[in-house]
Amino acid sequence: MNSNRLSNTVATVILWASGFFIVGLLVFFLAYILGQGFKVLSLDFVFGPASQGGVGPQLFNTFYILVLSLLYSVPIGVGAGIYLAEYAKPSRLTNLVRLSTECLATVPSIVLGLFGLIIFVNVLGLGFTILGGAAALALLNLPVLVRVTEEALRTVPHAHREGSLALGSTQWQTIRRVVLPSSILGLITGITLVSGRAIGEAAILVFTAGTSVSRHYPDFNPLVAGETLAVHLWYVRGEPLVANADAVAAGSAALLVLVVLFFNLAIGLPARIYQRRLRGSN
Amino acid sequence: MSNRQLNSQLAYDKLFRYIFIISAVMVSFVIFSIIIFVSKQGLQTFQDISFWEFHTGTIWNPPVQFGAVPFIVGSVSVTLLAIALGGPLGLAGAIFMAKVAPPWVREIMRPATDLFVGIPSVVYGWVGLTVFLPIISKYTSGPGFGLFLAGVILAIMILPTVISISEDALRAVPKSLEAGSYALGATRWQTIYRVLIPASLPGLVTALILGMARAIGETMAVAMVIGNSPQLAGSLFGPTATLTTEIILSMGQTPFGSPWNNALFYMAFTLLMISLSMILLIKFVVNRRLVNEQ
Amino acid sequence: MEVNVENKFVVQNLNLFYKDVQALRSISMEIMKQQITALIGPSGCGKTTFLRVLNRMNDLIEGVRIDGTVLLDDQDIFGPDVDVVNLRKRVGMVFQRPNPFPMSVYDNVAYGPRIHGQKNKSQLDQIVEKSLRSAALWDEVSNRLFKSALGLSGGQQQRLCIARLLAVEPEVVLMDEPTSALDPLSTLKIEELLRDLKNHYTIVIVTHNMQQAARVSDSTAFFLNGDMVEFGPTETLFTRPKDQRTEDYITGRFG
Repeated sequence: MNSNRLSNTVATVILWASGFFIVGLLVFFLAYILGQGFKVLSLDFVFGPASQGGVGPQLFNTFYILVLSLLYSVPIGVGAGIYLAEYAKPSRLTNLVRLSTECLATVPSIVLGLFGLIIFVNVLGLGFTILGGAAALALLNLPVLVRVTEEALRTVPHAHREGSLALGSTQWQTIRRVVLPSSILGLITGITLVSGRAIGEAAILVFTAGTSVSRHYPDFNPLVAGETLAVHLWYVRGEPLVANADAVAAGSAALLVLVVLFFNLAIGLPARIYQRRLRGSN
Repeated sequence: MSNRQLNSQLAYDKLFRYIFIISAVMVSFVIFSIIIFVSKQGLQTFQDISFWEFHTGTIWNPPVQFGAVPFIVGSVSVTLLAIALGGPLGLAGAIFMAKVAPPWVREIMRPATDLFVGIPSVVYGWVGLTVFLPIISKYTSGPGFGLFLAGVILAIMILPTVISISEDALRAVPKSLEAGSYALGATRWQTIYRVLIPASLPGLVTALILGMARAIGETMAVAMVIGNSPQLAGSLFGPTATLTTEIILSMGQTPFGSPWNNALFYMAFTLLMISLSMILLIKFVVNRRLVNEQ
Repeated sequence: MEVNVENKFVVQNLNLFYKDVQALRSISMEIMKQQITALIGPSGCGKTTFLRVLNRMNDLIEGVRIDGTVLLDDQDIFGPDVDVVNLRKRVGMVFQRPNPFPMSVYDNVAYGPRIHGQKNKSQLDQIVEKSLRSAALWDEVSNRLFKSALGLSGGQQQRLCIARLLAVEPEVVLMDEPTSALDPLSTLKIEELLRDLKNHYTIVIVTHNMQQAARVSDSTAFFLNGDMVEFGPTETLFTRPKDQRTEDYITGRFG
């Protein structure tokens, strides 16, 4: 009996320690990244052009590529998610789609980058472009979008669908008027999650969107190369020729984390809280 | 509702059904295209390079010698190191969150682990360079770049994967099993390791495999801290390279279609096959076992 | 046989709150040693909550607050020096739905002895066989001891859960509607088993099935909306209830 109680106490202490260590690690990472970054961050750094030591063009490209990649991946990802949640019956096609989604989710991002390189740079001959980078990045988003859409739709009670179908609605009307409205917050949370990941991605973009920025700023031409913030952080590390490489790296790292935090806290968190409240009141 | 309206509703219904099916098929189409294009490019390697040399040679000196063993060993070593360090910590964190932490602590930890995912891989690499590298360098009186540092950074990076999947698996164990164990006078720890862990084992194994898949495919953070020396790491702290780091560093310097360039695509193909077989392993071995037990 | 009329549990003025809701109101009762005490009442009346007080299973639920005393052999189970793990070893519980662990039949029964430190293989073998025999399950499973318990039928699983409990040698067995998920034949087997077990154990059983209470129990308590309305010998309660509400319930006017 005593040894049981002892092992229970020891295990409890170890588990608490692990929990605190994990949270402590995160706090340390955030404090360090932001602490180093705030020494560098200024309006000129965030929005200024490269010639004045700023990362404005990179920040612009980051969002531009993100938006374009969502334009590709959201319709397909949400569509496939709707298929799996609403239409799919156990069949070979369904199994194949599910397996494909899981496979695509584990493909290393560098492999997605090389695939983009083959298609956009070599087959289509476009060179490094924002368009190609966004398309390759869309492949990273796609499986996550399928999964979050399916999960969000599955939280809608079956009775709601039956209620609508029983009134003579078609399946599409039911999806559009009942299922999608009640799962929209889940979808938004999912898209934020995807965006946060896509913003920090670099391996896919090095050989699709390239490591240089346009001379114009902002440049909306999708057929020019467009280095993002994450790629920039990678690039300055290896380039001793960049002036103040350390400061630029620290600033870029902090800016990236701030953008991700913003996505998580300003969009993701309210949606999550609101959703919980919605469910709690039911 | 008039007949015409009804017909147009039915037409819409059909149209959207096809749109959704096509979207779903696109996902499969994408993964097959990736496999086909990357393998086609990669397998051209062996028109110029001996298959045998590539897989068994230890000297990487293109365009003369193409022994890729250092990269393969490097990738496997950092992955094993990452899972050896991050696996137990992640599992402990998941058990803590699922079964030990009071609700308010859980409310803090859940978004905290989400934020770990949000930190970009280049930023992990940068923290590795600026914080961990000097520490390791001091204690080993070497440059600090190498296998160990890469393993530590990867261990932190795979934490959220391991934690969230294994926490879900632990939570999926029916409460009644837990109650049954407590009603026999078991302590919490006995209940955890004798009932909860065995009952959620397939999920926990899945979490570890997916953590390893994430580690072996990770590029940027590893490339920033591993030292990028195309040779076997002499020691735990020695510099080496992995499949991913060799690809990212050499791709830009080699002309498309050259043997060296093709070899990089073949490395990507190898990575692709490794991650796909991990998924198949999870789907057809780990989860199949679960089905048989019930 | 000597008729034992000692108290096992003495409950005095027990109140239980779940967050702001009072789920049990000043319950006082005595549970006799080596008898079967049945708790009946409509669903939501507090009978299961009361049962879970007796081995402090409610400790696992957040937001539960209890006052009053519950004495087990004259010792307060909420006292500061009481070890809840030890309490549950003495006061075991069988649940509404059978909950065998996803392991072999043998490992299920050996679970309790093992966690309490029994490592000796031949001792374990003996305990497993004895417990399975006591639960009237041995003949049905002796040839598949090392196969998964999840392959047993519902009735067999429930008897396995009883065997698993007996292997810990508890003094009291709490049962929360143990037959509600079972077919009539399995129910009958478990009721027969209860009559045998009462020679060695004190049994408290929650049931929504009044016939079952009448068939197996010595004393019956009737709960309604968190109050214990009436408590007495089963025969008296079912034939000459003192309270009008008990009368209404047992004659099927509500519930």
